[in-house]
Amino acid sequence: MPTIVLNGEPRQLRAPMTVAELISELGLEARLVAVERNREIVPRAEHGEALVDDGDRLEIVTFVGGG
Amino acid sequence: MNAHTDTWTLAGRTLRSRLIVGTGKYADAEETKAALDASGAEIVTVALRRVDLKAKDNLLSWIDRDRYTLLPNTAGCYSADDAVRTLRLARELGIADIVKLEVIGDPKTLFPDNEETLKAAKILLHEGFTVLPYCTDDPVVCRKLEALGCAAVMPLAAPIGSGLGIRNRHNIRLIIEQANVPVIVDAGVGTASDATVAMELGCDGVLMNTAIAKADDPIMMAEAMRLGVIAGRLAYQAGRMPIRAYANASSPTGGLIE
Repeated sequence: MPTIVLNGEPRQLRAPMTVAELISELGLEARLVAVERNREIVPRAEHGEALVDDGDRLEIVTFVGGG
Repeated sequence: MNAHTDTWTLAGRTLRSRLIVGTGKYADAEETKAALDASGAEIVTVALRRVDLKAKDNLLSWIDRDRYTLLPNTAGCYSADDAVRTLRLARELGIADIVKLEVIGDPKTLFPDNEETLKAAKILLHEGFTVLPYCTDDPVVCRKLEALGCAAVMPLAAPIGSGLGIRNRHNIRLIIEQANVPVIVDAGVGTASDATVAMELGCDGVLMNTAIAKADDPIMMAEAMRLGVIAGRLAYQAGRMPIRAYANASSPTGGLIE
């Protein structure tokens, strides 16, 4: 099983999957998050094709309250 | 000109409110919404963070984006690279290209690192962002940020979250005097009179978060800040009386009974 680092935490995936599949599996809404894979932004239009596989480092971010 | 017709322009946007508020440190979403409403703000700042997979609601799902322009910040960034990376992600979230750039140089005072701020501003402007930079109350760095093409300069009143009020009115006045872009006092305001002072000095706007969020009654303080900003703006436009060392009677000095 591929292991990725998601927001700094190791996480096992059942199989390699697309960014869109990962977002949905995490219960997130694609329009509310931005994704970086190995320090490169994955534009939303590419979520359906971009693959997440063993060793990838992902950052999934959103807006929170702040000054 | 009065409080109802007064407007200003920031990066091509015509705004009525001169108060920009943060969305951090509130008890919950309800309190945030009520405080934003009471503040009358049209622009509100937000921060970018890793998603909380356990969180039930997301700021983007409850904030009224028709009413408020979201201004993503780079709070917590200590280098130009981190700030640029953060704002590129913010842009990916579909927010307008207007951003608040802050690059921190010291964890205790949260004073900005002006060198890294200038470096980040240059990159962001090149990439088409509209940059509102938080900086020290230094006329030289403000002039450099404006020369790069920043849409405003945002000198601090005092350290972020300190509530100390405007520490150096003279510098703020010098910055206003030289600037051809809006000057927004950002950070350090503690109470309504501080916001009034900023506006009386001639600032175009005031940005604050903690002064409202950490008041005993944030919603009432948001209203106080709204009024404080309006009062200061009107006083600035009205033009204050000269300061005298001695008294000058308000009633006629002649015609006294004997």
